Amino acid sequence: MIYFHLDARSGVPTYLQLVQQVRQAVRLGILRPGDQLPTVKEVVSSLAINPNTVLKAYRELDREGLVEGRRGVGTFVSGEPPSPPPEGVKELRVALQRWVAKAKAAGLDEEGMTVLFDDTVRPPITSRVA
Amino acid sequence: MSSSAVLETDGLGKRYGSKWALRDCSLAIPAGSVTALVGPNGAGKTTLLQLAVGLSEPSAGSVHVLGRSPRAESHSVLPAVGFVAQEHPLYRGFTVAETLKLGRKLNPGWDEAVAIERVERLSLPLDQKVGKLSGGQQAQVALTLALAKRPELLVLDEPIASLDPLARREFLQSVMAVVAETGTTVVLSSHIVADLERVCDHLVILALGRTQLVGPIDEILASHRLLTGPRTDAEAVARVHEVIREEHTERQTTLLVRANGHVYDSRWQLNEVDLEEIVLAYLGHRGSAPMSHETFREAMTG
Repeated sequence: MIYFHLDARSGVPTYLQLVQQVRQAVRLGILRPGDQLPTVKEVVSSLAINPNTVLKAYRELDREGLVEGRRGVGTFVSGEPPSPPPEGVKELRVALQRWVAKAKAAGLDEEGMTVLFDDTVRPPITSRVA
Repeated sequence: MSSSAVLETDGLGKRYGSKWALRDCSLAIPAGSVTALVGPNGAGKTTLLQLAVGLSEPSAGSVHVLGRSPRAESHSVLPAVGFVAQEHPLYRGFTVAETLKLGRKLNPGWDEAVAIERVERLSLPLDQKVGKLSGGQQAQVALTLALAKRPELLVLDEPIASLDPLARREFLQSVMAVVAETGTTVVLSSHIVADLERVCDHLVILALGRTQLVGPIDEILASHRLLTGPRTDAEAVARVHEVIREEHTERQTTLLVRANGHVYDSRWQLNEVDLEEIVLAYLGHRGSAPMSHETFREAMTG
């Protein structure tokens, strides 16, 4: 069993914080296949958050195949944890290290690089038509 | 009328003498939602809630709870509505046990098991006078009275304003546990936005007796953006998007907009805005004159 915690100042949506904590617990082996996640009522009673937020997080984890909801019983960690980072990640890291060296040479400090990186990663905008 | 709306108003208004406390209010609160009603003091929050629970008569328009009028059909509506008024008024000279007994006598649908379970779990002292309890415990007693009716709609008027941070958290934990268990629809008013973001999924912003914004919080957060760019007129942006607030310095313009689809203009740097910022912008949204941040905060706290 794991306990969730929330960082109100992180800017990360609450449901995503829950998703990330389950992913991490599974990766670290704190949660193993067959383990039950806290029930929605347990989570909301401890964190004082909306039940729909927990449901949204569990649905997302279910969609990823990391957990499995069993109607009327609970939500359980399914199957094996995701495989360790593939070779591709190593290559990307090396390329990124080269980029960082280049950026430093161009006079960018750490903050400057982060801004540039975030700006590039993030989609231009983000809003949905109501 | 949509069948899934637990609380629905249409052109609802309330006038005291010549002054409208609430005007032209149309909204629908979906079943199972937790709705925050926010706005400065005097915005009409309490007026709206009192109309919803049948404590006052509309001057204009209509209000329906579970599809029925809370005044004309009070016998069928009120047993399904739990209401905790501001400052959770209780008989201070009654003990907790006597208070629960009163609740049992007054409410035909009273569920004693719900009351007892809560009193035990919260360690509320049954033979203590209510007036001697802490603010947080009094709030929990008031909530227990409302919950033992097993309400389909739970209406809470400024439930946490008078509580310390710990009692505030405990109160919201209680309410969320009930929502998880029973799917009760909750409407709660507050002028504190910070605690509400994690608790609520729908938002109604009231100011000057009128609704300024109504909708699911997810959609509200997704559609509002802060645009920062070189000093410029807001007009071009306003043709496509709704400009909620504009601020200018000599060199820079900052716009808080409700985006209508994508913002493509590369002159603008786009940032997400949190709920508090959005609420403050709407409360300051009274014309074209930009206001300082401090003024918004004052507007917020009355």
